[in-house]
Amino acid sequence: MIIGLDVGGTHTDVVLLGTEGLIKEVKVTTDPSNLFNSVLSGLEKITEGIEPENIHRIVLSTTLTTNAIVQKKFPEVGMIVSGGPGLDPELFRSNRHYYPVSGSIDHRGREIEPVDSKEIKKIAKRFKKEKIRLVGVVCKFSVRNPDHELKIYEILKDSFEKIFLGHRISGNLNFPRRIATTFLNAAVYPIHKEFYEAVQKSLEKKGLVLPIRILKADGGNMNFNSSIDFPGQTILSGPAASVMGSVAFSSEDEDTLIMDIGGTTTDMSILINRVPLLDPIGISLGSYKTLIRSLDTLSIGVGGDSAVKIKNGKLQVGPQRLGPALAFGGPVPTPTDALFVLKEMNNGDREKSVNGLRELAKELRLSVEDTASMIFEFTCRKILSEAEKMINRINAKPVYTVHELQEGYKVTPKKILVLGGPAPCFARYFEKISDYKARAVPKWTVANAIGAALARTTCEVIFFADTQRKIAIAPAENFLINIKENFDSSDAVKNAFDLLRQKALQRGSDSDHLEMEVLENMQFNMVRGFYTAGKNIRVKVQVKPGLINGYDDIIVNLTRRS
Amino acid sequence: MIHAKYKTGLVFFPAFDWAISPTHPEREERLLYTQDQVFEEGLFDIEGIEEYKPDLVTVKDVQRVHFCVPDVWNVMTESHFISAGGAKTIGMAVLDRQVEKGFALVRPPGHHAMRVVHGARGFCNVNIEAIMIEFLREAYNIDRVAIVDTDCHHGDGTQDIYWHDPDTLFISIHQDGRTLYPGSGFPNELGGPNALGTTLNIPLPPNTSEDGFLYVIKNVVMPILEDFKPDIIINSAGQDNHFSDPITNMNFSAQGYAALTEMLKPDIAVLEGGYSIEGALPYVNLGIILAMAGIDYSKVKEPAYDPGSIRQTHSVTRMIEKTGEIVLSLWRQRERKKNKILKSKDFDERRRNIFYDTDGIHESQREKIRLCKNCSGAYKIDSTSDLGYHILAVHIPRKGCRECKELGYRWYDSTNEDNFDIAFLQDRTEDKYLEHDFRK
Ligand SMILES: [Zn+2]
Ligand SMILES: [Zn+2]
Repeated sequence: MIIGLDVGGTHTDVVLLGTEGLIKEVKVTTDPSNLFNSVLSGLEKITEGIEPENIHRIVLSTTLTTNAIVQKKFPEVGMIVSGGPGLDPELFRSNRHYYPVSGSIDHRGREIEPVDSKEIKKIAKRFKKEKIRLVGVVCKFSVRNPDHELKIYEILKDSFEKIFLGHRISGNLNFPRRIATTFLNAAVYPIHKEFYEAVQKSLEKKGLVLPIRILKADGGNMNFNSSIDFPGQTILSGPAASVMGSVAFSSEDEDTLIMDIGGTTTDMSILINRVPLLDPIGISLGSYKTLIRSLDTLSIGVGGDSAVKIKNGKLQVGPQRLGPALAFGGPVPTPTDALFVLKEMNNGDREKSVNGLRELAKELRLSVEDTASMIFEFTCRKILSEAEKMINRINAKPVYTVHELQEGYKVTPKKILVLGGPAPCFARYFEKISDYKARAVPKWTVANAIGAALARTTCEVIFFADTQRKIAIAPAENFLINIKENFDSSDAVKNAFDLLRQKALQRGSDSDHLEMEVLENMQFNMVRGFYTAGKNIRVKVQVKPGLINGYDDIIVNLTRRS
Repeated sequence: MIHAKYKTGLVFFPAFDWAISPTHPEREERLLYTQDQVFEEGLFDIEGIEEYKPDLVTVKDVQRVHFCVPDVWNVMTESHFISAGGAKTIGMAVLDRQVEKGFALVRPPGHHAMRVVHGARGFCNVNIEAIMIEFLREAYNIDRVAIVDTDCHHGDGTQDIYWHDPDTLFISIHQDGRTLYPGSGFPNELGGPNALGTTLNIPLPPNTSEDGFLYVIKNVVMPILEDFKPDIIINSAGQDNHFSDPITNMNFSAQGYAALTEMLKPDIAVLEGGYSIEGALPYVNLGIILAMAGIDYSKVKEPAYDPGSIRQTHSVTRMIEKTGEIVLSLWRQRERKKNKILKSKDFDERRRNIFYDTDGIHESQREKIRLCKNCSGAYKIDSTSDLGYHILAVHIPRKGCRECKELGYRWYDSTNEDNFDIAFLQDRTEDKYLEHDFRK
């Protein structure tokens, strides 16, 4: 049996799944000031009366690191950053103890200026004096040659609790994001470690001795041990949970738009042939742009509890949420109240909704029912128009080859899957006012927890080879080898797949069902003078995000019961 | 957080799957390291820098500028449609005021492509700046355009296209034609009789460094631009003046290119040549982008940069100052000279032989233009190439007068299968492009 748990802003959803389907679902109120209790009480309730040895997988998705970053609750972190030619690294200052240092590497990974170990030692001394225990080290182009980061690490390694190196985060080029991501990893490390160790211990006390898994922003999971070096990857896993909960209900050969309609916001994302679309570089959170792999999602300020008002004779929905719907004792009318008036919902006080909408109806000179229809249709139209914008943005993404420009894939979803609430009403209206086919995801109230439970372990490997310099490197895998001149892109793909397999297994993948794929494979002849001096090879491979093998029956049963 | 002072649009299209030939300087690898540098610097994350996906140009966009022999499809590959399209996309973003400045970092380049195109010259098939400019003139309310070509090679293609256009000021700054391809671009090349003086050439001696380039921009180009009062300024931003460029002999630098851009303040820059793909392009492009966007570029220095070792000699400085004076005085005398010629005759003719070095084609041209006081004059080009085509190309200018327009159509209508293979007509007054293929 598998446990999936997703901590949301208001509720924490927990499910217990067996091969026969959804065995049990639990909702507990999230206490933002004590996430640990929320998680634990959720786990306690779901495991009541279940033999611990029957549970073989636990996947958690929490808002722990996300909240820490949004609230900037950070310990002191020491950052050492070297730039070289280009923008001044001072422009990317992440925090107070941030030291641009000498030393630089060029775009092909050649050293331009060496590390000054005296300078580093001096900074280390200062860090010690400030009682700093966590350090981040980032050099420009360290993914082409990590030598400088490693040299600095050697100098620091015995003096600090944990040191985060920029090249280990991602093989992608982007120095400012490498700095921000390294900083965030260091900054959320203590809270992440403490939290999950505590969860693990509590579970052990109940006899649940198995490594917990944590959901990532890319819709995959990793085991707790692997997460320790990259705790930043656990941010914004909530939207990913919902998307993974929808995957099984999307089409094999079509694009699907996923809409998770919450109280305050609606999160949208795209599935292409059942595979979630990933952000090309990395997720942004607040002012931080990162290299953290994530789903390409859009969050807009329209949800079921968005405040509805009339401004200059025009209807306005959101972006504020001032409380729950009137029907649930809230302060102002919301789209949810419109549903009460229309008798689409009935588990609250309809009278309050009707009274609330009467004011608006007067101003609009409409009946209360027509006003309700108008509000709800307006809300749906607004969500759809934002979705169109998102699709246009995705299709307008620049490409760099003639082939891609001509043959590049165009996202054209014809189907919408709706989660959150109330999903069936939204689905019905989306169909009514657009050409989309829309339906609610089965078990839409806990689909997010189901998604967390069934998500695969995912990872990617970025591999780079330069046969003139005779090196091949996969920076994030701590992999650097010397190669022969005849090394080519098929060798690179083979190496990359080997590394990917190792990485996936280490992170907790099932070895029998690794769905690996090549995302990028480019080989350039490097010509110097009139002769080919070598090849420059860039390969990117990944474990496709998706659901773990053997979920099919569970899904079939879910559909049947809902 | 970094903010761009001037909102700047970029089209980055490195055409990673297109080359003239595997070891040609214009090959897949050319912008690879530029891409690496631009990505690593995180330029596209900067607030105020927008990346655009290039649109393709249409056949009509090409016909507005070129007479392609035998047709557009024969002289262009997909890559050319995209490269010109990248320039057009950036031009539209600027004129739609989505951005204040724009830079089309595209390849293949275009500034050696002339009005008539039989094939590729100097790595260029079609003139991407001209295609952009004529589209912008058609779609937006712009008239006067200044093009400052800072590629190391003389922009002979752009010069040819705007030779008779008094509303387009073309200034080319390049290595002296006696020492470099294409061998033209001397101060006495001033444009046709109807547009005398709006073509200007500033040849610089080999080994010119930052001082020389910036001297010319400050003391020659800027005063002339001030006189001309263009609606927009285009920079053909070739980067082969760099000290490390393998096919030229100049001593310019990334700092210098950035300072030049800051001084010139082009509305739109379009990448032209530049073949030091590791040592120069990553840094020069970065410098230009930052300078356009108004972001500090003082740390953009290529690893091999040593200003002392590449500084120009005094004799180079003196030669540049002298050329500058000549060009300025030619600029001041332009109206007087032009009026003198216009009074002297009704038509002007020139004969030329043009070599397409990239494709190995020889073309010979006879051009005849009507000298006109009311417009910039209709002209016709009788062109044959050793590929066997004999064509007549008639151009009626954008503001062509009635007489010139009628003359243009008479020329076009008088062609037949006995004298030509194909006849072309560009009627810019009506944005109409005709052709008659007599071989069919
Ligand atoms: Zn050139
Ligand atoms: Zn005329």
